[in-house]
Amino acid sequence: MTHYRSEMSEDDDDRSPPLDLRCAAITTVESSPSTSSSTANKTRNCTSGSGPAEFQVAYPDQVLENVLENVLCFLTSRRDRSAASLVCRSWFRAEAYTRSELVIGNCYAVSPGRATDRYKRVKSVVLKGKPRFADFNLMPPNWGAHFAPWVLAMAKAYPGLEKVCLKRMSVTDDDLALLAGSFPGFKELVLVCCDGFGTSGLAVVASKCRTLRVLDLIESEVTDDEVDWISYFPEGESSLESLIFDCVECPINFDALEGLVARSPLLKKLRLNRHVSIGQLHRLMVRAPRLTHLGTGSFSPSDVVAQNDQEPDYVSAFTAAKALVCLSGFREIIPDYLPAIYPVCANLTSLNFSYANINAEQLKPIISRCHKLQNFWVLDSICDEGLQAVATTCKELRELRVFPINAREDTEGPVSEVGLQAISEGCRKLQSILYFCQRMTNAAVIAMSKNCPDLLVFRLCIMGRHRPDHVTDQPMDEGFGAIVMNCKKLTRLAISGLLTDRAFSYIGQYGKLVRTLSVAFAGDSDMGLRYVLEGCPRLQKLEIRDSPFGDVALCSGLHHYYNMRFLWMSSCRLTRQGCEEIARAMPRMVVEVIRSEDEEEMDDNVGILYMYRSLEGARDDVPRFVTIL
Amino acid sequence: MDYESDLNLKATELRLGLPGRDEPENQWPPILKNNKRVSAESSESSTTKSNSIVSNAETCHRDSAPPAKVKVVGWPPIRSYRKNNISQKKLDAEAGGMYVKVSLDGAPYLRKIDLKVCKSYQNLLKALEDLFKLAIGEYSEKEGYKESDYAPTYQDKDGDWMLVGDVPWDMFTSSCKKLRIMKRSEARGLGCF
Repeated sequence: MTHYRSEMSEDDDDRSPPLDLRCAAITTVESSPSTSSSTANKTRNCTSGSGPAEFQVAYPDQVLENVLENVLCFLTSRRDRSAASLVCRSWFRAEAYTRSELVIGNCYAVSPGRATDRYKRVKSVVLKGKPRFADFNLMPPNWGAHFAPWVLAMAKAYPGLEKVCLKRMSVTDDDLALLAGSFPGFKELVLVCCDGFGTSGLAVVASKCRTLRVLDLIESEVTDDEVDWISYFPEGESSLESLIFDCVECPINFDALEGLVARSPLLKKLRLNRHVSIGQLHRLMVRAPRLTHLGTGSFSPSDVVAQNDQEPDYVSAFTAAKALVCLSGFREIIPDYLPAIYPVCANLTSLNFSYANINAEQLKPIISRCHKLQNFWVLDSICDEGLQAVATTCKELRELRVFPINAREDTEGPVSEVGLQAISEGCRKLQSILYFCQRMTNAAVIAMSKNCPDLLVFRLCIMGRHRPDHVTDQPMDEGFGAIVMNCKKLTRLAISGLLTDRAFSYIGQYGKLVRTLSVAFAGDSDMGLRYVLEGCPRLQKLEIRDSPFGDVALCSGLHHYYNMRFLWMSSCRLTRQGCEEIARAMPRMVVEVIRSEDEEEMDDNVGILYMYRSLEGARDDVPRFVTIL
Repeated sequence: MDYESDLNLKATELRLGLPGRDEPENQWPPILKNNKRVSAESSESSTTKSNSIVSNAETCHRDSAPPAKVKVVGWPPIRSYRKNNISQKKLDAEAGGMYVKVSLDGAPYLRKIDLKVCKSYQNLLKALEDLFKLAIGEYSEKEGYKESDYAPTYQDKDGDWMLVGDVPWDMFTSSCKKLRIMKRSEARGLGCF
């Protein structure tokens, strides 16, 4: 529903089964000439809807396969598809021919060649690269996750490719140029948390992808090459449905943008960057009154405004935006303009104020009108009082994220357990929460565990490291314990504050559905990690930093690592020998030891361990600060 | 990794709680372990300007007041894009660095380079050579960059284009706004060719 939680979300319903390493065997055997030539003769147009119009009935098996294919093209769930492909070779082939969306959760788990060999008719590719902790500068840049080998392979194998979604990949301008030139029917490009490209690359995509519907740049780093990329969209009516560029830090040619919006009748989603003033926003809204998703840009006037200029009628622009359900932006907000959005509040299901420095008083008149709100991202500048206002009105709230305006450790902060308690009491349907604060109590967390039983994602970041419950001075074990105990659907958990091994024993005991766990500055001993590795059968992604877990703990997970997407451990107590043991015991794991750029040699202590299952073994693009054991 | 014996670091250990509170015995002291990772680029409220952990700890011990706000890398876990774009604090995205754009005549893309990291003309020229895969050679006062087809130039605060290497390094870094690697034929009149 919301623009943040498409298939790129960390919390997506990632139910693909563990990578089946038998597939490797099947793929290599799968090259018998007779089969491939006869199957190549058949029409395989499942999308036409009709049955197999013409085929040679050379082998009765082929009839079955054809029928199977026509059934399998309706199968969309990745998990079901993977299961189907394991039935027998015939099913394997049929599934491979009918899978049109390829989702690769770790770009190094499988090579581009292997993927394109197996899946022949792919229209959509989703690729994820770097581990999440790379976002926080925990490892040097240029670690890898290059899009280049993928786009090269796909350019040859999938001329009909329509959609590419990348998350945390390194994409260059050349890659974008190759993409733009290789797929005549290309429709959607979504880049989330990517880097390595600039406005030059965007220009090529804009000019060459003639059937482009979606160009979404989300939290990506875009170099300013001083190319006016917006002007590169061709003249004439555009098929654009979604244009998201709020993360692009370069000034934009507004006239070209306005012209583009004016000739994009299908445009539903438009998220502007902070170089678009509120006056310019008004002009665009007038051109596109049917938008469903709007990112407002700066939401303040430009610097150069003539004294006698009449202010446009912002209220009537928003009144006309009857389809608007998702609002974001406010990058340099002047709160005086906030009342302009009143007309849309009643329809909003998603509101992102996470770049808007507003206080409780400024928030209240807005939020009190947002009865349908399901997603709310905000800064802690609204304080506990603002959160209470949210709790009073937003009874349909599903997702809340509270970001800190001052990202540092402190004793006091604007939001605390008071806000969390209020939310838990008012927003009973809450499913996902990310909450940054300076202090917290077990009582409030326990209250949330009881009031919000539907929680799937609970991420609490107490910014002061090793902070106990500030009222009782106890560790935060009981609070997080209550969360795993009472929130029976919980799949994602991030813990913080003062935590002993006890907290981990609770997680291991009750967190049976947990897939993603983030740990920082927590635990007392190896037992902590062992509880989790031994107790959580669904664990897929485990990221740990600065916690006292060593080689013994690492070894306790041997039975489970092949079922996981990855394990990240940084600044823990691992040694090279310990990691080498794991590498020896698990040939299909890639065990990377990453050091900081200035470290010359790897010493005994491991700075960062990043390990993941892979069919390919050690990758060939390792930078010098990475050693693969 | 036994620090306990020599420095009595328990007493000076940085903690973010009230002084005098009991902590579990085997508490992990992450700051001391990660002394490579801790950066002293604290925000404006930092109580110390020193880069060294020990001196931070000493300050803390002396004052027995609010703990020094030493930043740990990547904590709290906020993406730098978000940190740098909150409207109240428009921090320079590359705080501590001195990034200038570099263009090369004929190349399609601009690059950026951090002058602070370079520290000297020698490093700067080497970095430019690596970045653009060309040879610039050495600077000579009389003859500029005679060994190369290219000449690195920069635009200073007044908007004038100057040959790189003319002025002392510090003066250069404080006035350089942009770099441009010109074809040598175009750089006449800038230096002594």
